[in-house]
Amino acid sequence: MLYVAIATRAFRRYSTYRAATLAGVFTNSVFGVIYSFAYLALWDANPTAGGYDKVDAVTYVWLGQALLMTVALWGGGTTDDLAERIRSGDVAIDLYRPVGVIQWYLAADLGRAAYHLLTRGLAPTVVGAVLFQIAMPDSPAAALGFLVSVPLAVVVSFGLRFLVASTAFWLLDATGARTLSGALAIFFSGMALPLVLFPGWLGILAESLPWSAMIQVPNDIWLGRHTGVDLLGALAFQAGWAVVLLAACWLVLARATRKVVVQGG
Amino acid sequence: MADLATLVRPWHPLARYGEIARLWIRAEISYPASFAMLVVGSMLINALDFVGIAIMFSSIDQLGGFELREIALLYGATGIGIGVADTLIGSVERIGEYVRTGRLDQMLTKPVPLLVQVCSDRFTLRRLGRITQATVVLVWALPVVDWTPSRVGMALVMVLSSSALFFGLFVLFSCIQFWTTDANEFANAFTYGGNTLTQYPLTIFPRELAIALTVVLPIAFVNWYPCLYLLGRPDPFGLPEWLQFCSPLAAAVVVTAALLVWRTGVRHYTSTGS
Amino acid sequence: MALIDVQDLERTFVVRRKVDGGRRRLRDEVRAVHDLTFSVEAGEMVGYIGPNGAGKSTTIKMLTGILVPTAGHLRVAGLDPSKDRVALARRIGVVFGQRTTLWWDLPLRDSFALLQKMYRIPTERYRANLERFVELLDLRDQLDTPVRQLSLGQRMRGDITAALLHDPEILYLDEPTIGLDVVSKGRLREFLRALNAERGTTLVLTTHDLQDIEALCDRVIVIDHGTAVFDGPLPALHAQGGSTRTLVVDLVDEAPAIEVPGAVVRRVEGPRQWLSFPTEASAAPIVAAVAASYDVADLSIQEPDIEEVIRDLYSRGA
Repeated sequence: MLYVAIATRAFRRYSTYRAATLAGVFTNSVFGVIYSFAYLALWDANPTAGGYDKVDAVTYVWLGQALLMTVALWGGGTTDDLAERIRSGDVAIDLYRPVGVIQWYLAADLGRAAYHLLTRGLAPTVVGAVLFQIAMPDSPAAALGFLVSVPLAVVVSFGLRFLVASTAFWLLDATGARTLSGALAIFFSGMALPLVLFPGWLGILAESLPWSAMIQVPNDIWLGRHTGVDLLGALAFQAGWAVVLLAACWLVLARATRKVVVQGG
Repeated sequence: MADLATLVRPWHPLARYGEIARLWIRAEISYPASFAMLVVGSMLINALDFVGIAIMFSSIDQLGGFELREIALLYGATGIGIGVADTLIGSVERIGEYVRTGRLDQMLTKPVPLLVQVCSDRFTLRRLGRITQATVVLVWALPVVDWTPSRVGMALVMVLSSSALFFGLFVLFSCIQFWTTDANEFANAFTYGGNTLTQYPLTIFPRELAIALTVVLPIAFVNWYPCLYLLGRPDPFGLPEWLQFCSPLAAAVVVTAALLVWRTGVRHYTSTGS
Repeated sequence: MALIDVQDLERTFVVRRKVDGGRRRLRDEVRAVHDLTFSVEAGEMVGYIGPNGAGKSTTIKMLTGILVPTAGHLRVAGLDPSKDRVALARRIGVVFGQRTTLWWDLPLRDSFALLQKMYRIPTERYRANLERFVELLDLRDQLDTPVRQLSLGQRMRGDITAALLHDPEILYLDEPTIGLDVVSKGRLREFLRALNAERGTTLVLTTHDLQDIEALCDRVIVIDHGTAVFDGPLPALHAQGGSTRTLVVDLVDEAPAIEVPGAVVRRVEGPRQWLSFPTEASAAPIVAAVAASYDVADLSIQEPDIEEVIRDLYSRGA
């Protein structure tokens, strides 16, 4: 199957940067330790903040570190290649390939995400589990739900990153948009602070935006805060944003293609 | 020979740095609209960072025994420090890329000290966004201090030492890229990690870690000890009070170590060609 | 004293390789350059040639101070390159053909301005040099173009200008004509010749293009497997290597192999025939002889390719 081949190739490509992966695991672990102590202090001061207890909070930190690279929260991943190919004009080749551009880059990004989950996801989590007390999913449903939720998180993130990279069709340089979107992602995904701590309307807003599908939702599934119908609802929320964003990508790409074909880039 | 000249006339490389940076700024502001957008964007990004900490305080009154304004004081001091260092020498993070692309070879054939070239390359004022935001937070925190002339002096020393310490951390941990060119993220654990860590009072960490951050990797001198002095607090870990005056010393040690490691890195490069 | 003085220069690299499927690691010492001795006087134009991996760029890196030699004696303009790298940098210019020294996002003019600051070139001299090189290298219309939008030829001319703004005594050129069209190559060679004649700039040139050498260099140093296998004028290289030039003859009609004195037919393909003759021989009598006896539609001469010359040279020496 073609898409599996694309994903496998992307997986292999990322696995060649071994020193980078090691350095990344180290960095993720350092940040994990810092945030763990910060959250422990926070839950010391308010043991029921956001409905989490201390173990939930620390687990949340390490899950966040595990997902940070997997969902490419800061940007990066195969959509960076796309932005570069738009800038250089090579994207024209992609547009004339028989495989859809979105499917192609999505497949590659899933391969990359798989690699990052297995290395930069797993390794820091082990470090976290050794240093702190971390909660395991307390039901098979939560574990299974998490496994479904992570790929959905990657697709949502891919949709956003693809849109950001597409700005290069019009702006030539997507770095500004990439930086801005990365900052919004860190804040509204729950990476900087669990969204359950956001007060009032800000919390409601943050939990309904697509970014929450990238960190907050998978983490809450792991922590067993969504069960039964609510669990399906959480997955449906992610899937809904995935569909909306991919549709937006498709529309934007159609316009961009017209622009490239008509104006020659 | 060149090293000696650098030590004897330190303003020489600094003058080169200034001239090179000025040309980059000129090039940057020749597109004022995009420049303004990038500065505002960077301020916004950094603003969200502090909003995260402020939101924490909607669930709590104190963190590790410190109230929000006190934490803002810590936050502002470390933010200005990393902002200044990042503005002045942020490009040093790209040293591995320079090695890979052969840019470093080009730089080695120019009559300007390598560190000056690397740090001034693609100088950008865009990073001012972070300094501005951190300054705003710091100013907001000022009323929490009972100001005396000596505390004003300490505040100035703190900002300078904090910048110098981050300068050292950036250089020190970027040097690993002379040996493994794609390990640039390693430095982030110490630079951005150090920044994140010092946004919180050290009281949230175990005593052993606080001591390690004092004597092994003296990140605590970025803001913790000077802030204890500014706030007139006794040391929560019962460590000696004179540590509160040692930030310039810690900065000098880290910067010296960084320059030595840098020189070793350059030597390694010129003796292996890779 | 010679401007460039190289004696018994050696450079070894340690290469680690895995054996037994990665279970054991072996340290191998590879001698990239060894027993290399030569000197270059001020004002010379020297071609430094050899096959890929022969040690050319390792030598250039040592001459410019980028790489420290393992052993041997090395002086450039009286300085030890790796020790006095910064001082030496003011006196040399380096052009790496494949990699630009210019700043990708900046207009050419700004790149030059940055270099003025780095080399601390007095404004008057900078203006005069820039004016002259821009004129000679035809870059006036490109001064405000960002480097990434320049063509390969324009960029190369920009790089050469960049390397010359500070009036270096020595100019190292690594594959300066690679990828350029015939007209650009010609103009570049003409410029370099004029530079040498007017300013006495010493030129050290590595290239794969034998015509670069023929047009520019009085002297050739051939390096192979890390050491010099030939040092002398170009004609002597041809004589020693026994290489040949090729006369390609397009006849009006197909004919049996041409027979003329001084040349041998190597190949016949329809009306086209390839005749080889010694490089040091003049083509004129052969061409005249062919034209006297056959109906010729077209003639062209192919120069021997440098790799071939060196291969010949080496197989003879071995």
